[in-house]
Amino acid sequence: MDSLLNQNRPPAFCPGCTHEKIVQMLDRTFQNMNLDGNQIAIISDIGCSGLFDTFFHTHAFHGLHGRALTYATGIKMARPELTVIATMGDGGLGIGGAHLLAACRRNLDITLLILNNFNFGMTGGQFSATTPPDAVVESGFLNKLENPIDICEVARSAGAEYVIRCSGYQTDLDKELEKAIRFPGFSVVDICGICTGRYVQKNRLTPKKIETLVSNHSAKKYNHTISSTPRKEYYSYYKELSKNQTPTENPITISPVFKPLQPIRQEIVILGSAGQRILSAGEILCLAGLTAGLNASQKNEYNITVLTGPSIAELILSPDQIDYTGIDTPSIILALASEGVERRKHLFKNTTQDTIIIHEKNVKIPSCNASAFSVDFKGKGIKPQDWALASLAVLAGMNKVICLTMLQKAIELRFKEPIRSKSIHLIQNMVF
Amino acid sequence: MTVSFMEGNEAIARAAVIAGCNFFAGYPITPATTIFNTMLKLLPPSGGICLQGEDEIASIGFCLGASMAGMKTMTATSGPGISLYSEQISFAIGSEIPIVIVDVQRLGPSTGSATLGADGDIQFLRWGNSGGLPVIVLSPTDITDCFILTIHAFNLAEKFRCPVFIASNKEIGMTRESIDIRNLPLPEIESRKAAPHTTGFQPFAVQSDTGVPDFLPIGSIIPIRQTSSTHGPDGYITNDPKAIEMNRTRLAGKLKNISTNHFFYETHPEKDATTLLITYGVTARSARQANREEKQSGRPFSLLILKTLWPVPQDLIQKHARGMKRVVVVEMNLGQYVREVERVLPGIPVQFLGQMNGCLITPTQIKEFLSHG
Ligand code: SF4
Repeated sequence: MDSLLNQNRPPAFCPGCTHEKIVQMLDRTFQNMNLDGNQIAIISDIGCSGLFDTFFHTHAFHGLHGRALTYATGIKMARPELTVIATMGDGGLGIGGAHLLAACRRNLDITLLILNNFNFGMTGGQFSATTPPDAVVESGFLNKLENPIDICEVARSAGAEYVIRCSGYQTDLDKELEKAIRFPGFSVVDICGICTGRYVQKNRLTPKKIETLVSNHSAKKYNHTISSTPRKEYYSYYKELSKNQTPTENPITISPVFKPLQPIRQEIVILGSAGQRILSAGEILCLAGLTAGLNASQKNEYNITVLTGPSIAELILSPDQIDYTGIDTPSIILALASEGVERRKHLFKNTTQDTIIIHEKNVKIPSCNASAFSVDFKGKGIKPQDWALASLAVLAGMNKVICLTMLQKAIELRFKEPIRSKSIHLIQNMVF
Repeated sequence: MTVSFMEGNEAIARAAVIAGCNFFAGYPITPATTIFNTMLKLLPPSGGICLQGEDEIASIGFCLGASMAGMKTMTATSGPGISLYSEQISFAIGSEIPIVIVDVQRLGPSTGSATLGADGDIQFLRWGNSGGLPVIVLSPTDITDCFILTIHAFNLAEKFRCPVFIASNKEIGMTRESIDIRNLPLPEIESRKAAPHTTGFQPFAVQSDTGVPDFLPIGSIIPIRQTSSTHGPDGYITNDPKAIEMNRTRLAGKLKNISTNHFFYETHPEKDATTLLITYGVTARSARQANREEKQSGRPFSLLILKTLWPVPQDLIQKHARGMKRVVVVEMNLGQYVREVERVLPGIPVQFLGQMNGCLITPTQIKEFLSHG
């Protein structure tokens, strides 16, 4: 196979920079693997390592600092047949830490090459996430205050199965890169090297020292010891699980079969508390309205901590287009819990004699002008989670907004058995 | 007639799939989460991809990668997430990556109120990118708009190769409404223009007078380049001021080629009106009601509802404001789009009614403002 190096753009690193060696080794790896440029995507990060994509005749994607793995993920999910290689420096490793952890956990078949030279070369030699505390860098004393990260250990504990530390000088680097690329999952190669332009201006670091650093390191122990029960590769697993997902049902569609009872806009609020199925009752009321060709809107309010506090549904049913969706003067209030009543107590002031309030016997309502109907849901043996639906039956019994046939139709549309029969039974028993 | 009953967010998700969206990534955030929930139900069973990123930056990053690999992508968030998207948005603008970004706005600043509505991001969507190059922002007023504008958003993103925002609002996204999906006037689906052949293909070379480069995806039979760096037509970094200038001028100018039938709006002109009310988003609904009621009371005003906010439909605004004694801008913030209206209407008095307390501006507030103004 021919070299994939871009003849028009030879590597332009400082003399002696390890990056150049790695470029050559990566090219040799591609040749050894018989890969064509159109089979590879190189996703490069920011910094001197960010130039990598320009030296190769492959697909290339160069983006923001630390985000290389995010683009690589999108590309690999879209084009799983591509060999996807992300390159980043120790700078990208620091700023993109969350993405690196997530990539380790995900195990999508991407190879990450970390070009680790212990400092920010491009911006002038500041300390990075891997700079030793005793190094002399352009960040003054700040690196003394922080511990460098051992990215191999971190990647391992985040779930990466293929993690290896290499020297940019080792003669079999191409073989190591090939193994990492062939690994069917996320692989991390931490390649230690020398930044001649910056780091070694003030610190002693030689290929020999790097070799010792790499060979002494515990990351060695991970080499090729992939667990006997390897994790599934993300994309293939994604496809496997996707196949079992049942296609979503189309939304319920309703053709109007009834005539509206009152040809005017009706504003209804259901005031309850968490667990009373207030929102679901609201939806049923709207669906019932739709069976009579009315337009409907529903707004819900509940605590972010969903299992406590008020639960409120605000509903509008109207033969006309519904524009403003706020409710200031409700025509109907269903009051089923004091939490909800408390949250909307200002609404009671706006009621008139035409307003109908249906409230549970034990739920106190503020004094107001409306006609209030007290219902002893509890006494009738109805559980609090059914009070909202039961109150709709009371409303239907009065032929206000909806009638029982409309309500039953809505229940049939919305619920499957056995809830359907139970609900119908409940509303039929409420008729008085 | 057959109607369904769903949230604005669900309508956006369902319309996205109709528009050809086959890749979605997002990070949970109220009030946008139900878009993610719906996409997760819709895409995987039909062969598409729906991912939950480790954060917002990753979510949009996934989309940018997938878009350049040829997929139609969408992401959805709210104010705090849009802020995190910011630099990826700049990338998508400068490197011409089609993507639809839904901002279901909530009351800010910052984390603000997760469950209260606002239209507080309108200038941020336009200017929240480094470099200040233009974007497209569409603004739905109701569930039907959510559906139709989402399809337009994809078409525009594909046609102009740029990010297109849907500036929704908690009050639309999380409000359920009846919608007659089967009878909607849906636009035809458009896709980015593929390069006719691979020989001599340059990823940012422009062949036509649209100002938009032809596209070949990463994964094509020839290597394709994408870069966030300042680049020439070949997709390599360039320092040549001429090449840079040409590229920037083209990026700034290509959205000028949006034809008038790609500006979305609704008008309610009244014959004897001396006031033009301009609004958008959920506030347009109160304005419609006020418009009807004032007409019945013999105090008619004209109403212009903008559904394309950016680029500013300057000619349209000027045309409708012609001969008016005053223009009133109503929006759910403390004065954002009114700046644009003032800018394009020199010499016409522009008044402003705004509110930023999580409550809808009511038809009554509008009517009172008009009568006292
Ligand atoms: S600054 Fe350092 S990393 Fe960058 S090219 Fe020079 S030696 Fe290499």
